[in-house]
Amino acid sequence: MKKTLLSVGLITLATAAFAEEKPVLTIYAPDYFTSEWGPGPKIEAAFEETCACDVSYVAGDVLPRLLLEGERTKADVVIGLNTDVTKRARETGLFLPHGQDTSDMTLPIEWTDDVFLPFNWGHTAFIYNTEKMGNAPTTFDAFLADEDTKVVLQDPRSSISGLALMLWVKSVYGDDSQEAFNKLARKTLTVTKGWSESYGMFTDGEADMVLSYTTSPAYHIIAEDDETKRAAIFEEGHYFMTELAAQVKTSTQPELAQAFMDFVLSETFQTMIPTANWSFPAKLDADKLPDGFKKLDMPEKALFYSENEAADLRDAALEEWLSAFSQ
Amino acid sequence: MAERVQPISLSNLGGAAVVALLLVLTLGTLGAVAWRAEELSALTKNDWSAVRFTLWQAAVSAVLSAVCAIPVARALARRQFRGRALLLTVLGAPFILPVVVAVLGLLAVYGRSGIISETLNWAGLEPISIYGWHGVILAHVFFNLPLATRLILQGWLAIPAERFRLAQSLGFTSRDMARHLEWPMLREVLPGVVMVIFLICTTSFAVALALGGGPKATTIELAIYQAFRFDFDLSKAALLGLVQFVICVGLALASFAISVPSGQGAGLDRVVYRNDGSRVLDGIAIGVVALFLITPLAMIVAKGLPGLPELSVNILSAAWRSVWVAVLSAGLTVVMALSLALLSLKWGRGVEAVGYLSVAASPLVIGTGLFILTYRWVDPVLLALPVTVVVNAAMSLPFTLRAVSPALRQVEADYGRLAASLGLTGWARLRIVVLPRLRRPLGFGAGLAAALSMGDLGVITLFADPNHATLPLALYNLMTAYRMQEAFAAALVLLALSLALFWLFDRGGRVNADL
Repeated sequence: MKKTLLSVGLITLATAAFAEEKPVLTIYAPDYFTSEWGPGPKIEAAFEETCACDVSYVAGDVLPRLLLEGERTKADVVIGLNTDVTKRARETGLFLPHGQDTSDMTLPIEWTDDVFLPFNWGHTAFIYNTEKMGNAPTTFDAFLADEDTKVVLQDPRSSISGLALMLWVKSVYGDDSQEAFNKLARKTLTVTKGWSESYGMFTDGEADMVLSYTTSPAYHIIAEDDETKRAAIFEEGHYFMTELAAQVKTSTQPELAQAFMDFVLSETFQTMIPTANWSFPAKLDADKLPDGFKKLDMPEKALFYSENEAADLRDAALEEWLSAFSQ
Repeated sequence: MAERVQPISLSNLGGAAVVALLLVLTLGTLGAVAWRAEELSALTKNDWSAVRFTLWQAAVSAVLSAVCAIPVARALARRQFRGRALLLTVLGAPFILPVVVAVLGLLAVYGRSGIISETLNWAGLEPISIYGWHGVILAHVFFNLPLATRLILQGWLAIPAERFRLAQSLGFTSRDMARHLEWPMLREVLPGVVMVIFLICTTSFAVALALGGGPKATTIELAIYQAFRFDFDLSKAALLGLVQFVICVGLALASFAISVPSGQGAGLDRVVYRNDGSRVLDGIAIGVVALFLITPLAMIVAKGLPGLPELSVNILSAAWRSVWVAVLSAGLTVVMALSLALLSLKWGRGVEAVGYLSVAASPLVIGTGLFILTYRWVDPVLLALPVTVVVNAAMSLPFTLRAVSPALRQVEADYGRLAASLGLTGWARLRIVVLPRLRRPLGFGAGLAAALSMGDLGVITLFADPNHATLPLALYNLMTAYRMQEAFAAALVLLALSLALFWLFDRGGRVNADL
């Protein structure tokens, strides 16, 4: 018995020592990203094959955590930030340039940010069920005019997609946004805290349309072989959304962090994005996408505010939103 | 004399430690958030309208839940029928469901495409709309009516059987019994029940938003969420957290002032057999409530069944982890509730009020505050599960305390002098006199705590450990990955496990009790 205990102890020590030899790359990421159904585990395995290191995810609210920790943060890399928080994140001065060539990415907009590196993208869109709605609206105007078709939204104060919708309306309607919000409020069944509740209400048949992403139908096409869920495409354009990665200045593993940033735009990483993240990869030729993605309805035009423009618009737009929805 | 002093001071010490822990978890975390804030913010017009909406909907929901619970609790106290034990267990279910699941369950019944609207459509009538203030209140009553029923039922069962037997032999009618036996009990129990439910409703926000039809149903908790996530304004978050505390403390004091000890006196712990009152009315009360509660639950079960075979092994390990967290926090809750209740006998009810603070604490404030207090010294990932256990225990403490404290005061009033005259003190007194009489509320409280802990996402946003997710977190992750069917199956597992835990603890408290 003693011997067994001793050998168990020795093995544990040995493994610990062995593990210590490998440097650890700490990546902060959102819960969905690191979960077994997100892209995190695959990306971890692929990177560990090449880096002779151990990837360790820390899951949760990425930016609040970074803001609280400041320079004491243990993060080497953060992934899964949204464009609506980059201004705040940049102001911390915690990040280094990513050092990647962003000129040949496959984004619908030009990307020149040298700190935050997109790894996926999509647009906001309203998803509908073709079995219940024959003719989906083709313009935002037509969509707003039809008060009988009920839509479920997310609150901009608690959800990133909700915030993107607010900016979408602002970018389509400009100074007339209050009127547009009022019309939107009239056709809104309800507003939920997060995306999951909304999407659940849509798949349950409670709402006719749901605020989601242009890439959402890809899940139904590929995983469920169901082509009845489609995005209504508006001529005015759709709001561009992307998730970003960045390396942290205070990292104790700068080479590894840089190696990971180099890995983000690699084909290995990018081919994992479509079916694990259900969004478009930031740098992958269209012919390398899974077939399901080729069936997606896509807008001609992508709308997008820079972080400074968005920051200037945000509070006033929220006031308009609240006044429209509080009537 | 020396013998007597020692154990009491030990229990004082335990109680004081619990008080300290709770103060750190609630006011301490609030202070930490305020301390990290960079500049001062003031409350805006929108914040105040959130405060008003919060108070209004919480008051209506609390009063309605408690009032509706009275006939149901009375019917359950008076009648014995097959399936009664099962019904008592299922009564715990709505309370513990993750919000998303409960909302979708309610919508399957009351929503636009729910059973009721579909039936009305079929009959050529206008469908109903759940969205609006009535939806919020319906949901809150759905969540809290069962809790109110169980808490009031505890009060009913605490009336000694001898009183009813005497009343029966004196030819009391049902109305006489209500006046002389039941009303005094209600006057003692109801204020606390209303207070607890009011407080739960003040911190709800996802439900209020989804069923309230949007931003006009903004509660303080959503405003706190906005301060954290949208503005990252810690001082605003702390300020709103403080408003929530002030409401809580004010209410706790009010309910203590209104609550009047019933003075039923001691009994011989015999089982009550009653035959008064109208069987039909009692049957209707029980039937209506069972229908109201069980239909949405049945819809949740129906949604969950098809996905069960697809659940991965990781869901099972997440479930196992959640069960452990639940059992540990239930144990901790019971210890805390008992210590606080004992201490409040000596130091006054202010001590007990501390136990209710956590229900008014915003989980976001607690999580962020704990993070600020600990991250410099300990890796938050290592703390993930311990923090979940402690916070879940603190969060369910108010309900357990609500069940235990009145019962303990009753025991002290009835047997305190006798025990003292026999020189029964300290642990012996606890073991021989107190615990056997508290078994029912303790078992109920532990069951509630375990079930609540199972379903709670707690403070994981900053303390999550990606390799050790709990079941509710796994459920949310499934939904985010579009896997709705598996998410519903996970919800069903969660529901089944929570109910099993609740039943085990609650049953443990009712062994030999025949009730």
